[in-house]
Formats: sequence, structure tokens, C-alpha cells
Amino acid sequence: MLEVLDVSKIFPGVRALDQVSFRLQAGEVHALVGENGAGKSTLIKVLTGVYQPDSGELRYDGRTAQFGTPMDAQHAGISTIYQEVNLIPLMSVAHNLFLGREPRNRLGLLDENRMHRDAREILAGYGVTADVRRRLGTLALGEQQMVALARAVMIDAKVVIMDEPTSSLEPREVETLFGVIRELHGRGIGIIYVSHRLDELYQICDAVTILRDGKVVHTGKLADLERIRLVSLMLGREMSEVRREGATAFSGAATGDTGAAPVLRASGLTSRRKLHDISFEVRPGEVVGLGGLLGAGRSETIKAIGGAYPLDSGDVQVNGVDLKKPTTVRAVRAGIAVQPEDRKAEGIIAGLSVRENIALAVLPQLSRLGLVSESKIDAIVEKYMTRLRIKASSPHQLVGDLSGGNQQKVLLARLLATGPKVLLLDEPTRGIDVGAKAEVQSLIDELAAEGLGVVLVSSDAEELIEGADRVVVLRDGVVVGVLTGAQVTTEDLMSAIAAGGNE
Amino acid sequence: MTTQVAARPALNLKGLPQYGVYLAILLLVLYNIFFTPYFLTWSNVRIQLIQVAPIVIVALGMALVIGTEGIDLSVGSVMALAAALIPLYLGYGVVAAILASLVAGVAVGFINGVLVARVGLQPIVATLALFVGGRGLAVVISEGKLKDVRNPDLIYLGSGDLFGIPVLVWIAAALVLVVAFLVRRTVFGRRLLAVGGNRPATELAGLPVKRVLITVYVLCAVLASIAGLLSVARIQSSDASAVGLLIELSAITAVVVGGTPLTGGKVRVLGTVAGALLMQLVIATMIKHNLQPSTTEMVQAVIILIAVYVARERKTR
Repeated sequence: MLEVLDVSKIFPGVRALDQVSFRLQAGEVHALVGENGAGKSTLIKVLTGVYQPDSGELRYDGRTAQFGTPMDAQHAGISTIYQEVNLIPLMSVAHNLFLGREPRNRLGLLDENRMHRDAREILAGYGVTADVRRRLGTLALGEQQMVALARAVMIDAKVVIMDEPTSSLEPREVETLFGVIRELHGRGIGIIYVSHRLDELYQICDAVTILRDGKVVHTGKLADLERIRLVSLMLGREMSEVRREGATAFSGAATGDTGAAPVLRASGLTSRRKLHDISFEVRPGEVVGLGGLLGAGRSETIKAIGGAYPLDSGDVQVNGVDLKKPTTVRAVRAGIAVQPEDRKAEGIIAGLSVRENIALAVLPQLSRLGLVSESKIDAIVEKYMTRLRIKASSPHQLVGDLSGGNQQKVLLARLLATGPKVLLLDEPTRGIDVGAKAEVQSLIDELAAEGLGVVLVSSDAEELIEGADRVVVLRDGVVVGVLTGAQVTTEDLMSAIAAGGNE
Repeated sequence: MTTQVAARPALNLKGLPQYGVYLAILLLVLYNIFFTPYFLTWSNVRIQLIQVAPIVIVALGMALVIGTEGIDLSVGSVMALAAALIPLYLGYGVVAAILASLVAGVAVGFINGVLVARVGLQPIVATLALFVGGRGLAVVISEGKLKDVRNPDLIYLGSGDLFGIPVLVWIAAALVLVVAFLVRRTVFGRRLLAVGGNRPATELAGLPVKRVLITVYVLCAVLASIAGLLSVARIQSSDASAVGLLIELSAITAVVVGGTPLTGGKVRVLGTVAGALLMQLVIATMIKHNLQPSTTEMVQAVIILIAVYVARERKTR
């Protein structure tokens, strides 16, 4: 149906795609996998007309095709849902859904009533029940993604490309998404599915194409491919090695010293409507997971501790010293480092270099009388680039040009440079490739072993369970359970979330 | 037909946002050398430099504010306030008068900064308040009258020479160096760029964002008040209703033409100076060739459009 033959795409210094051939059959869910930088994004951009291939052929519906612009591809029936939601946050949900195709009444004016009615009906099929007149930006990220999906499917699509559609979805929403995918599948629509989550691939995909370093290393039926083999093909590692390391890079050994005094103590955190009397402690060397569904208050809890979310009451103590109304400045000074969920919006500064990003929070220590010392910055940047294995052409490369995994590492380097006592990580491995994910996970282990207290939020249950020594489960801003020791299992986590709810 | 695409030789515009302004200056200077009589005389160069100096000084502050993704419309009013205060305090000596005008700058900048950083107003709205109110206050202070300034020390600042170069130009050059140093070498400079690049991220990194913003607006207003008092010194009179009129537009133009993006996170100090020089040269060239001021304005508009077009960020990568 949609096919590329021997396509190559060369960027200055990189052969992003090297003689790649890929074929999507009608009514097939085709997984496209590979580490970041393997060429997945480039291939998608070639398929959707964002890039023109340097050589090779693009075939669509049996004919040779050429998409000069993304618009051409859309008109031909190829819809794409990107990793980050590409909608307009200030416009209403309905407007976003119908953007450019608004229903009109007889006078040629916008027919708002019909638009709202249609939007409600369409979105109900995607499990979105929010008022369609609300501004899109006020919806949860997962719901926004559903709106994006609904929009993509509405455009009479024959091919739908999904670039990590579940990275910001909760398990329940993933189920809804899968329902939609199965329905599309039934209607003979071809789907290209990009994801780092293996469980999902095996659940929903028929075929798989694995890219590595711009080349296709495997293509075929997914059912015929053993999971461990898939990972090893992707990483280019030996299978025995993958087996030994397990699915995540966490050691699984409990590192928390249960006798020590807590390094972080949050007590009675309350913020209007979002958080209600949340209390927990983190001991040095301990990784405490925060579990729960989207909107349970995990990110808010982390931000409140870091001074970036207003609290009505509650105390935050670091090593027994009260923070007294945390502000970001005070929190960092006390040794709290927050890695926010939204890396691009709140984490990195894309227009500055790797070097400036890493040194940002510790400039006063790297300067005298307000003048920065370039050599001191170089030393600290060098140290963390080596330690975290940050891959950049030079420390002066702009962070915005790096892959997601490396951006995340730069962000972690900035946090570590402040010499924190507690690390609060909100989705540290979201949207980064398998290799970087493993590196970040083992780094978390390593840091905990060095005596840092870590709070981990992850919607990847496997990551949460294997990474955390203890899991505090939240629901609607309330602590509904704490899993310790042998209870830290996926089943216990699910039942704790379910037990707390009345749905 | 296949999608075989040959490598097309594209016009390389990569260096244009950065160096285009210097190229334009070079071309304009060459043109003038050949076609404008008396262009390359010392007295002409002198006049051009003296005229451009206040714009450069104001534009430096503007560049800093724009670097934080802000804008400061109140600079012209700050100049007027500074100008209005000079005759009032000149009785206590030159130093007192200069201090008074600088204090006015600090005060206005502080208000702007607080409105932007703490109250959370958008910079264009926050500074609009003092753009309107500041000049009004200045006219009230000066009782709406034009006042002659006859202090020899002050006149020296405005019309004197040091080593054959006007003092005014020395001061502007010194301020350029100070601001360039501030941006490149100091903690404050790095923080300023970080705030402009991504404010929420900078805040979460534990940086004193509000303090940085307030400082930036104070610096901008102080630079404007320096420009104001130098204008008084140069024309040897203080007219609160005329000093610095529309200079905010010249300053923003200089910054933009100089290659500093309005989206923040980047400050080009030398580019800003070059931007101011370019606009000055354009105006001078037009005047020398007897073109109407209205024509000059249209040419300026075209230059601004070209600068913005060249500097625009590519949407796709």
C-alpha cells in the first residue's frame, strides 16, 4: 500500500537512511522500531513529505508517488500523530478537532452547534468526555493525544502513522487507543506504529521492521520474532547479554538503608483540589516510586517539593531542616533537584549549548565576583559528559539538536552538578531510546547506591516496580497505599490503584 | 517519474542573519564614498557618530530586554524624565543632576521589572504604562517649558572632545564594551540568556529569574537615562516633550536589524551597534541625496522587513 524502495537520505555528516526498503500492507499494523538515531523519524518524514529522499522510490497504492509537502501526503490520505501533541492549546477542543474543516451553515458561517455536537460524538468514541468547548490546553496530556488521534483519523486516512502514541497515556487510555487501532485495522487502514514499549508492540502489531544506524536489519511477522531477539537486533548486542541484563537496567536489589534518618520528609502536602495531605519519607540510598494514574497528583507532588507548585499547607524537610514555604531557589539550595516531566518546555533550554545547559544552575560556584570561569565550567561539563556518556559533537552543540535521550542526560547532568541530596525524577525515560533508557535506569541505581534519595515517577509500570524500593500509590491527590518489600510487584501496584478507586 | 532528487544548489543564507548587517554597512559606505560628495570627511563622520550615539546606548539596553523575550517601550519616556530632572538639580552641581537622572532610570526600570517579573504582566503592556505616564510626568516636572542648560561640565559631555573624538562617542563605546562584557563573561549574562531561552526551565533549575528580569529592566532604563542626559548635554537645553521621542522604535529596529531574535535567548551586542549604524547611514545617505523623509521611512521599513525575514527561524528541521 505504502512502500519505499532503496531510499537514502543524507544529512551533513550523517547517512540517516541507507538503502531502506519498507512496505506497509493495507489493514496491517506495522511496528517500526529502533534506537533513537536509527532513522525512524527520518523515514516517517520521508513518508509524510517533510523530507525528500536523496535517492530511491516512494510508492503509494501501487503507483510511484512524490509528496512535495506534508499537505500533499495528507491529501493523499496519510495522517501522522507525532510524539508531542501538535494542536493549538488556546483553542477549544472542538475547534482543534475541526481545524480547517469546520462545518458551515447555509450562510457560510461557522456552525458552532453542529461542530460541538459532532465533536462530542466523535470524541466519546475515544473515551474523551471533557466539555468540547474547553480550551485544549486545559485537558490532560493523554486526552489531548486522543483528540489528535481523532483528528488524524477523521481526515479519511488510508494510512495512519503513530509516533510513540502511548508515551503520555495511562494504561486505561492505552486500552482505548488499542480499541481504536483494532477498529482502524478492521477498516483496512494501514498503521505504522512507532514505540519503545515492547508489550504494546506484541499486543497490537502484525509486522515489524527494525532499523539500526539507518539500515533495515530485520523485517517480517512480529509473531515469529522472539522478544529477546527483537531487543538484540535493535541494540546490536549479543542475546546473552540482553538476557543477563533483563528488560530494564535496574539491579532490583534494595539499596535503601532502612535505619538511616530520612533525607527527605514531606508531610501533609496540601494544595487546593490537587493534593490532599500527602506525606512520605525518603531515606538516603532509597528509590521511592510514586504510582498512580494520570492526574493522581504525582507530578504536582514532585513540583510542590521542588518549590514550583503552590502549597496551601504542608512541610518539606531536607535532612531534618524545614524548607519553610519552598521556592525553587530555596529547594535547589537545600539539595532538592527536580527533573520535570516535560523536558522541552520545562527542562532544557534548547537554544543554548550543552555546556551552558549543564553549568546553568551552578554558575555562582563556577565564577568569581560575578565573572564566570570558563575553565571551571569546562571541567565540570567534561566530567558530566563523560560520566553520563552524553553524545554531542562538542560541548558547544545546541541542546535542541540532540536526540531525546541525550537531552535528558544533559538535564540530569545539570541536576547532578548542583550536588543534590534528593533527586525527584518525573518520567525520566519517557520518549528516549532503549539504549539511553537503560543508561538512565542504571544511573538512577548508581546514584541511589551513592546515598542519594530518589523519588521516581513513571507511567511504565515495569520501570516503577523494578526501579523503586518502595512505591507510594496516589489517587486523586491522596495517598491510597504504600507497597514495600515483597509487595513491590506490578499486580500489587494495579490492585492498590484499583482498590483506592471506586470506578 | 521517480522521487530521485538531484542535489539542488541552494542559495546559502546561513551566515546572513549574523553578518548581513555588516555586509550592508560595507556596501552603503562604498556607495557613499563614490557617489556622495564630502561623505568621507571627518566632520561628516563626526556628525553621524554623535547622532547615532544615543540610539546605540538605548539599543544596548533594549537588546538585553529583548534577550529575555521582553520589550521596553518606556525608554523614550525615561530619556524625557532624565532630561526634565537635569535643570532641577543642576543647582546642586553636575554630579547631583546626573545622579538624579540615573535614579529616575533605576526607579522606572524597577517598576517595569516588578510589573513584568512579579505581577506577571506582558512586557509590552507593562512598559506601555510608563511609556505614556513617564513622559507625562516629565512634562509636569519641567512645567512644560524648554529650559536652557548652561553648565560647562555638562556641555563638555555633550559637545567636548577627548583625543579628537567626541566625548559622547567615547561614552557610547565604553557602554558597548561594558554590555558586551556583561553578556559574555558574567553569571548575570548567562542567566539572562537562559531566562530568554526557556523561562519555566530556568525557574525550575533554581535560578533567581525574577531578580534577573528586574535587573535587566533596571539596566535598560538606566542606559536610557544616560542617553537622556547626554541628549540634554548635546543640545544644551531640556525639552521633556521632545527628548527621546520615538527612540524606542529606532532602538528596537537597531536590535532586530543587528540579528537579535525577538524570541529571546540570544543577544548580539556588536550586531546591535551595527544595526544602529546601518539605519543612521541609510538616513544620512537619503538626506545627502535630497530624498524626502517619507521616502527614507519607507526604505527603513524595507530594511526591517529584510532583517526579520532573514532572521526568521526555520520551522522545519
